[in-house]
Amino acid sequence: MTSRKDDIDLDALKAAMQAATPAPDAARRAENLRVAQESFIAAQGSQTETRQTSIRPEKRGILNGVFQMIMTRTMAGLTATTAIVAVGILFFTPFGQELTRGRIALPETGASLDPVLPVEVDATIGATDGEAAATPLPAMVDAVSEAARDDADGRVRVEAEAPPMPAPQAAARDQISGGLAGLTRSDAVQLGNANSAAIAQQGYSTALVAPEPYAAPPQANTEEFANEDDNPLRVTAEDPVSTFSIDVDTAAYSIIRSSLQRGALPPPDAVRIEEMVNYFPYDYAAPSEEDISPFRPTVNVFETPWNPDTRLVHIGLQGEMPLVEDRPPLNLVFLIDTSGSMNDPAKLPLLVQSFRLMLDELNPEDQVAIVEYAGSAGVALEPTSASDRAAITRALTGLGAGGSTNGQGGLVEAYALAAEMSDEGEVSRVILATDGDFNVGISDPDALTDFISDQRETGIYLSVLGFGRGNLQDDTMQALAQNGNGTAAFIDTLNEAQRVLVDQLSGALYPIADDVKIQVEFNPAVIAEYRLIGYETRALAREDFNNDAVDAGELGAGHSVTAIYEVTPVGSPARLTDPLRYEASDAADVPEDVAAELGFLRLRWKEPGAEDSQLIEFPITDTDSSGTEAEFAAAIAGFGQLLRGSDFLGDWSYDDAIALAGANRGADAFGYRNEAVQLMRLAESLSQD
Amino acid sequence: MRMDVSDEDLAGAAAGGDARAFEVLLARLYDRLFGLCFRLTGNRAEAEDLCQDICAVLPARIRSYRGGARVTTWVYRVAVNAAIDRRRKAASYARALDGWGNWETSRQAAITEEHDQLGWLHSAMGQLSETLRDTLALVLDDLTHAEVGEILGISEGTVSWRLSEARKRLREMKEKEEAT
Repeated sequence: MTSRKDDIDLDALKAAMQAATPAPDAARRAENLRVAQESFIAAQGSQTETRQTSIRPEKRGILNGVFQMIMTRTMAGLTATTAIVAVGILFFTPFGQELTRGRIALPETGASLDPVLPVEVDATIGATDGEAAATPLPAMVDAVSEAARDDADGRVRVEAEAPPMPAPQAAARDQISGGLAGLTRSDAVQLGNANSAAIAQQGYSTALVAPEPYAAPPQANTEEFANEDDNPLRVTAEDPVSTFSIDVDTAAYSIIRSSLQRGALPPPDAVRIEEMVNYFPYDYAAPSEEDISPFRPTVNVFETPWNPDTRLVHIGLQGEMPLVEDRPPLNLVFLIDTSGSMNDPAKLPLLVQSFRLMLDELNPEDQVAIVEYAGSAGVALEPTSASDRAAITRALTGLGAGGSTNGQGGLVEAYALAAEMSDEGEVSRVILATDGDFNVGISDPDALTDFISDQRETGIYLSVLGFGRGNLQDDTMQALAQNGNGTAAFIDTLNEAQRVLVDQLSGALYPIADDVKIQVEFNPAVIAEYRLIGYETRALAREDFNNDAVDAGELGAGHSVTAIYEVTPVGSPARLTDPLRYEASDAADVPEDVAAELGFLRLRWKEPGAEDSQLIEFPITDTDSSGTEAEFAAAIAGFGQLLRGSDFLGDWSYDDAIALAGANRGADAFGYRNEAVQLMRLAESLSQD
Repeated sequence: MRMDVSDEDLAGAAAGGDARAFEVLLARLYDRLFGLCFRLTGNRAEAEDLCQDICAVLPARIRSYRGGARVTTWVYRVAVNAAIDRRRKAASYARALDGWGNWETSRQAAITEEHDQLGWLHSAMGQLSETLRDTLALVLDDLTHAEVGEILGISEGTVSWRLSEARKRLREMKEKEEAT
């Protein structure tokens, strides 16, 4: 390229560009090369005769050779000053993942060409399988060693690749323009026969991990959260009916936890109070033989913790728990995102671990299949009995290794597999695991919604597991899961995986009631105002309640669902609106026992797979009792409102929430409530900053 | 230092079905390909995924390699096409996502904003049109205008024109920046 005076911008750009270009991920590189090689062999019919046999590199000083190797590699990979490299690493490293894995070290100086490396490579075979890590190499990023066997004379060529290293900005770059030839090869190192086999098997190995500590870079945060403004206060006389769908998702709670544990208050929009409340198992009364519904509703009315002049109406639904032995066989298709960004300890490896935990809970009759998308695509595991751990483990270990890219989208593929696996009376579910790449093969959102909804009609459900932070499309997760009759859960720790996939496996995977809707009609003669706490994203129109075509949330086996209203009785000083002077007063016509009711609760649900809904309804009367479970739910609802910055709490504080939750921990077999109290403490300290 | 076998010889052998030659060639090219992918996408994870796409198609494409053509030119053409494919997919995806509460749009906006903080480099690249950006990415890889033209399937003159156009834009940006 000719350089003219007005090229100054271009030169600056070129320099900056070269500086900003990061090193390829060593693991991905090795993987991509391996996959390409495999498909090449598959495509060609193997003809592995080596071309290299006849080529004998001329003898030269080892040190010199490796020095040149480093130099040439350096020029090709990353020509930059230290400062620019630092910028590149800070900003171009997604989620700082490489930093946390310690694969990239910032060099002390621009050009640390440590001559010790060549000596190591030369002197010990071990250098090819990782012992080179012992060598102090401040500027090394990582080193990939490749060993190849030279068949002709039984000797072994060791080709060590130094990683790209920062070097002074240099015109030397032009020197390599002659071709790619010298870029990645060191001298051949001649070794004896003794260890040749071992080295030949070695293939690529990541040899160096530079353990230099750094501060994590600022994270790129592209999270989106689905939420609405707080449910407003309703005046009973004007708007006596409140309708909503149940919500058994728990993703919001996990996101809040992960934020707090990282030392930041969650964004208010990430706080969905109903998901926080529903995160916890509650010891509500279970349905008995007499219940026509597969769940038992419990209603408590008691004084609001944050306002002595209002009352909480606490509605709990407890789903029945079928015997585990009696449950129908389960078909699970995991649709797993294997794009580059999943390559993070908190994502794919956590998913694999979680998956293993879950396998223990499955019966031999249950079937599992795995489909990959986004990165490599295709079926990673054909339908396999859950008892065949060896095959499943093999498939899990190979995740992301890929194969050919298929034309069909991952989602269609997953549903097709699920349909194939389904027999009469079995439960099939697709479980989408991703960190935010929803490019599942159907790009039109309407088509995607329709597809998932249609599949829902055929009895195949969808659940979404979110992994990792920073890129998570929480709102899309919600939208997909809600359309697929499934739940969305965010998995940030192995404990959470345990909770979602093991402790609540049956609930998460076996629906006992579909399209559960709640409608409450308040009695204007008793209740002046009311508001529903949470469920902002689950509101339904009044007429939707009786419309069976309108989708709503599912209740899983053994799950419970809680909804809380704060109500202001007529005549309470807490009333925020003035009564109407000309308000119609027809109360005289109402029988006395009915006139005292706070309201009327209607519940609609469908048996799983059924077309028509069923209805139960009963009046809400003031029980003036709470109990541990309702009080704890109230504490969590209060906590959620504190995090959202609600106006309704007065001077009620985190201290009050901690006291209330702490006093109502109950049995807490899994320690969830204890953890909640700790999170409240964290939030309290963070809110004081 | 150089290996004694040229890229062209390796590619020829690989086209003839020599798996070992293909392996060596791809290992040689990979880092440079990655660098190009990064320049084309401006995003590390995207570059990794793009590289994966390229590695998926190369085994089949290599059969169509004909001796004489420069390997870099040939393989860059594969890379640029893969990048365009990927971009097209992403674009239709982003368009289609309007229905999802515009989350993709706002996410892209957030990404753009964040890139702005990277300073001149990214805003500069980001503000160029895709064709100009691709051209620039290749020229920055030290290819001649003729080679870039061959890769993009356009004439050398068009490359030079695009480049001067890109340069003009960059100058304007810089001037604007200095003015503010």
